[in-house]
Amino acid sequence: MIRVENLSKSFGPKRAVDGVSFEVGKGEVLGFLGPNGAGKSTTMRMITGFIPPTAGAVSVCGLDVQENPIEVKRRIGYLPEAAPSYTEMSVLSFLKFAAEMRGLRGEERRNAIRRVVGLCHLESVLGQTIDTLSKGFRHRTCLAQALVHDPEVLILDEPTDGLDPNQKHEVRTLIREMGQSKAIIFSTHILEEVEAACTRAIIIDRGRIVANGTPAELKARAPSGKLEDFFRSITRSDVQAEAIA
Amino acid sequence: MRNHWAAIGTIVKRELAAYFESPVAYVFLVIFLLLAGFFTFAFGGFFERGEASLAAFFNWLPWLFLFLVPAAGMRLWSEERRLGTIELLLTMPVADWQAIVGKFLASWLFLIVALVLSFPIVVTVNVLGDPDNGVIASGYVGAALLAGTYLAISCMTSALTRNQVIAFILAVVLCLLLILVGFSPLTDLLARWASPWLVEAVAKFSVLTHYDGFQKGVLDSRDLLYFLSVMAFALFATGVVIRNQRAG
Repeated sequence: MIRVENLSKSFGPKRAVDGVSFEVGKGEVLGFLGPNGAGKSTTMRMITGFIPPTAGAVSVCGLDVQENPIEVKRRIGYLPEAAPSYTEMSVLSFLKFAAEMRGLRGEERRNAIRRVVGLCHLESVLGQTIDTLSKGFRHRTCLAQALVHDPEVLILDEPTDGLDPNQKHEVRTLIREMGQSKAIIFSTHILEEVEAACTRAIIIDRGRIVANGTPAELKARAPSGKLEDFFRSITRSDVQAEAIA
Repeated sequence: MRNHWAAIGTIVKRELAAYFESPVAYVFLVIFLLLAGFFTFAFGGFFERGEASLAAFFNWLPWLFLFLVPAAGMRLWSEERRLGTIELLLTMPVADWQAIVGKFLASWLFLIVALVLSFPIVVTVNVLGDPDNGVIASGYVGAALLAGTYLAISCMTSALTRNQVIAFILAVVLCLLLILVGFSPLTDLLARWASPWLVEAVAKFSVLTHYDGFQKGVLDSRDLLYFLSVMAFALFATGVVIRNQRAG
């Protein structure tokens, strides 16, 4: 469903993503791991067509993102980093807007909104302005926006960031459930999340893939058998990276 | 093609709601109408003119809009970038141009509403005298085109920065430039040392030159073409700016 080939992105002299290739099939949940600034968000932005790659190609459901951007965007649900939303709108009008932009009208739109409101537990805040919501609700409002058209492909950039442990657990469960019928990529800093929700994980460091396997495989590669130790052994903190550069 | 317009319509609706869900719209409308009334009656010599026309109102508009239109347009793209919602908007199934046109049309519509709300001045003139309402109508068309032109320029400067203040100042400066090249006190000065044809050629680029035609009740296709092409150019430039920013 998602095919990334030799994807690279440079910002001026800085190479943010450097020759990344991977595939995600239907029924797979791919965890995207890596230190801050490793290129996770940049990669996701290229998959969603928000920014063009410097080199390489992305195809979603067999369609090239550069050649068919609109068709690809139809098939993707995207939760950007920090879950932005039009803060002056109410949750309901924001979701109506998202649904309409996705071509849903009338009864179809009402049903779609009812479904995502239930999935993301937004019933109690529907009429509230997004401005006045807590971080958890804001986050879930943006997540609801990504799910409203029931896309085949989901790209979620840190979907559990800023949520409390209960909410994190719920979102993870949701991702795992949806993963059975969709292709999902989500990025995270929380390593247990990978074990809890992913069928496969990729670790990316300074723009390159440094590991790719099931959570169990990756864990087995550390002497201690802990994912965290493996992660630390193959990635560098930004302080270390700075020292080398 | 129908889908194109459906997406644009959705964006227009959201943008208009954004104006009216925040105090921005009401503050803007009140200030516009207060200032328009003040300029028309206090400075424009509305009564002293001794003629039944809206010249006193329309003469001040290019200057009033010079500040008010950039104020209405400065948030268009800089706000999207500041909030990060630009990433949502442009990963929905719309082309960049649809988003640009949708946001522009919504704001333009809002400015046209503001213009329409100045109707009490038209009523006053009609009660007090017997004006040529055709000239007034053509004056309003010119005013709407002028607002659209300033707005398209504000749209462009708004795309350049996430800082609304910078977007505002840049737009004011650019619009002022478009006024000044045809502003007679300045062109008269220029005519002293430059050849008249040069002054005249430069003045052709001024919004005032083309705006004046409408105020005389003359609907000239060249004036219309001027306004529409400046708008198209500024919106096209907006698209280039947005694309370049994403390319990094």
